[in-house]
Amino acid sequence: MIIGLDVGGTHTDVVLIGDQGIEREAKVITDHADLFNTVLTGLEKVTQGIDHQKINRVVLSTTLTTNAIVQNKLAPVGMIVAGGPGIDPAYYRTNSHYCCVKGSIDHRGRETEPVNHSEIKQIRDQFQKNGIRYVGIVSKFSVRNPQHELTINEILDNGFDKVFMGHRISGKLNFPRRITTAFINAAVYPIHKDFFEAVKRSLKKKGFTMPIHILKADGGTMSFDSSVDHPGQTILSGPAASVMGSIAFASRNEENLVLDIGGTTTDMAVLINRVPVLNPLGIQLDCYKSIIRSLATQSIGIGGDSHVRIENGELKVGPERRGPALAYGGPALTPTDALVALGIIPELNKDASIQGLKSLSETLTLSIEQTAQKIVDQTCNEIVKNAHKMVREINSKPVYTVHEVYEDYMVKPKKVLVMGGPARHFAQNLERHFNLKVKVVPRWSVANAIGAALARTTCEVTLFVDTEQGTASAPEENFSQKVSQHFSKEDAIKIAYDLLRKKAVRQGADPQDLDMEVLEDLEFNMVRGFYTTGKNIRIKVQVKPGLIHGYDQISKS
Amino acid sequence: MLCAKHKTGLVFFPAFDWAISPTHPEREERLLYTQDQVFEEGILDIEGIEEYRPDLVNVKDVQRVHFCVPSVWDVMTESHFISAGGAKTIGMAVMDKRIERGFALVRPPGHHAMRVVHGARGFCNVNIEAIMIEVLRKAYGINKVAIVDTDCHHGDGTQDIYWHDPNTLFISIHQDGRTLYPGSGFMQEFGGPTALGTTLNIPLPPKTSEEGFLYVTENVVLPILEEFKPDIIVNSAGQDNHYSDPITNMNFSAQGYAKLTSLLKPDIAVLEGGYSIEGALPYVNVGIILAMAGIDYSKVKEPDYNPDRIRQSKDITSYIEKTAETVLSLWDQRVSIGEKFRGKDKIAERSRRLFYDTDNISENQNESLMVCPDCSGVLKIDSTSSRGKHILAVHIPRDACQACKERGYEWYDVKPHGFDIKFLQDRPQDKYLEDHKEKK
Repeated sequence: MIIGLDVGGTHTDVVLIGDQGIEREAKVITDHADLFNTVLTGLEKVTQGIDHQKINRVVLSTTLTTNAIVQNKLAPVGMIVAGGPGIDPAYYRTNSHYCCVKGSIDHRGRETEPVNHSEIKQIRDQFQKNGIRYVGIVSKFSVRNPQHELTINEILDNGFDKVFMGHRISGKLNFPRRITTAFINAAVYPIHKDFFEAVKRSLKKKGFTMPIHILKADGGTMSFDSSVDHPGQTILSGPAASVMGSIAFASRNEENLVLDIGGTTTDMAVLINRVPVLNPLGIQLDCYKSIIRSLATQSIGIGGDSHVRIENGELKVGPERRGPALAYGGPALTPTDALVALGIIPELNKDASIQGLKSLSETLTLSIEQTAQKIVDQTCNEIVKNAHKMVREINSKPVYTVHEVYEDYMVKPKKVLVMGGPARHFAQNLERHFNLKVKVVPRWSVANAIGAALARTTCEVTLFVDTEQGTASAPEENFSQKVSQHFSKEDAIKIAYDLLRKKAVRQGADPQDLDMEVLEDLEFNMVRGFYTTGKNIRIKVQVKPGLIHGYDQISKS
Repeated sequence: MLCAKHKTGLVFFPAFDWAISPTHPEREERLLYTQDQVFEEGILDIEGIEEYRPDLVNVKDVQRVHFCVPSVWDVMTESHFISAGGAKTIGMAVMDKRIERGFALVRPPGHHAMRVVHGARGFCNVNIEAIMIEVLRKAYGINKVAIVDTDCHHGDGTQDIYWHDPNTLFISIHQDGRTLYPGSGFMQEFGGPTALGTTLNIPLPPKTSEEGFLYVTENVVLPILEEFKPDIIVNSAGQDNHYSDPITNMNFSAQGYAKLTSLLKPDIAVLEGGYSIEGALPYVNVGIILAMAGIDYSKVKEPDYNPDRIRQSKDITSYIEKTAETVLSLWDQRVSIGEKFRGKDKIAERSRRLFYDTDNISENQNESLMVCPDCSGVLKIDSTSSRGKHILAVHIPRDACQACKERGYEWYDVKPHGFDIKFLQDRPQDKYLEDHKEKK
């Protein structure tokens, strides 16, 4: 059996899933001041009286690191950044202990300026004097050649609790995002580690020994042990949990839109043949643009409890939430009240909603019913407009080959999956506005916890081959190998798959259940003078986000 | 946080699956390291820098500028539709005010492509700047355009297309034609009889460095632009003046290109040549993008940059100062020279022999221009290529007077005609005609 737990803004949802489907589900109020207690209470609720040995894994999706960043409760970090020619890295300062140092690597991974050892030693002493225990080291083009980051780390000489190096974060090129991500990793590391060690300890005390997995922003999971090296990957896993929970109800051979309509916001995502579309670069949280893999999601300030009012003679919905609907004793008019007034939500306190609509209907010179319908229409319209905008953005992703321009593949959703509290009441109206089939996700109230429970372990590997220099390398995987002039793209894909398989299993995947694919395979002849001197090959492979094998049917039960 | 002072658009289209031939300088690999540098610098994340996907140009966009023999489809590959389309995308984004400035980092290039196209010259098939400019003129009603060509090679294609257009100022700064392809671009090439002075050439001696380029930009280009008052400024941003370029002999640098861009403030820049794909392009392109966006580029330097090693000699400096003086005095006297040049002839004729080095074609052209007092004059070209095609091409300019419009149709309707193909560009009506001789 598997436990899935998703900590949300108001509720924490937990499910226990067995061979026959959902065996138990529970909701507890989220106590942001004491997440540890929230998580343990949730786990207790679904495990009471269950044989501990029968639970083989637990997947947690928490707001721990996200909150730490948003509330700026971050550990003091020391950053060492080696830029070389280009934009001055001083512009990417993340924190006060941020040092730009000598040393540079070019786009092919060749050293163009060495590291200055005494400079690094001075910084090390300075950091230590300031009581810094967590350090980030990032050099430009370290994904081509990690040597400078490794050298700097050696000079630090184990003088700190944990060091995060840029080349271990991602194989993608983006120096400023690697800086930010190394910083995030270092800054949330102690909170993350202490929290999950505490969870692990108390579960063990209760006799649970199953492995703990953690949900990531890309809709995949990783083991607690590997999360310690990438704590930043746990930010913003909430929207991913919901999207993963909808997958079992998505179409296998077409594109679907997923809407999670909550009280305050609506989160959107796109699935292509049941695989969520990923953000091409990485997630942004607050002012931090990271290189952390994530689903392409969009959140808008429209939900069932959005504040409805007239502003400058025009009807406005959201983005603010004043409280629950009038029908539930709230302070202000909401789209939910409009649904109540229209009789779509059968609610005893219909009068409160109608009362709230009265002054609006007078201003707009419409009947109560017309006013209610106008509110519902505008709410749906906002959602549809933003959904189309999101699809447009996915489709306008730049391409770099003639083939791709002419192939011109465009995402065009054929169906809309909705979940969340008010979703089913909007379904009919949304269908009309989208002009697409709208389906309510069954068990939507715990779909996020189901998504967490059943998400597969995901990861990505980038391999870079330069046969002129005779190297194949994936610094992220600490991999480097000499290659001959005859090394081919097929050889490169084989190595990349091999690295990917090892990485996935190390992070907790079932070796029998790896849905791998090539994301990018580029090969260039390198010509110097008038002769071909080598090949430049770039391979990117991933384990696709999806549901673990054997359970993709169960979530329907 | 980094933020662009000027909202800047980018089309980045490296055409990773297109080459003239596998070992040709214009090959798949050309912008690979530039892309690496642009991505690694995180330039596309900067607030106020926006990346656009290139649109395609259509056949009519090409016909507005070129006479393609035997047809548009025969002289263009898909990649040309995209690179011209990339320039068009940027141009339209600027005109729509979605961005303040834009840079089309595209390939293949276009500034050697002339009005008549029998094939590829100097790696170019169609003129991507001219196609863009004429789209913008048609769609947004702009008139005066300045093109400043900073590629190391003379922009002879752009010069040819705008030779008779007094509303397009074309200034080319390049390595002296006596020492480099295409062997043209001398100061006395100064525009046709109805457009004297709106073609200006500034040939610079080999080994010209930052000092020389910036000197002519500040002392010749900027004052002339100031006087011409164009609606938009287009920069044909070739990058082969770089000290490490393998096929030229200049000593320009990334810092120099960035400073030149800051001075010139082009509304639209379009990549042209530049074949030092590892040592120059990654740094020059980053420098140009940052300069356009108004972001600090002071640390954008090639790893082996040494200003002392590439500094130009005193002789070169004084030679350039003299060149600058001559160009300025030509510009100042353009009206009086124009009157002298026009003479009494009503029709000005010019015969030329052109060579298409990339496709190994030679062409004989006889050009007749109506030297009209009321407009820039209808133009007729009789052209034969070594591929055996004999064509007639008639161009009625945008500003054509009634008489020239009628004359254009008269020239086109000549009967019986012995040409393989007849073409007509009727710019005032945006109408394009072709008449192919029937095969016997």
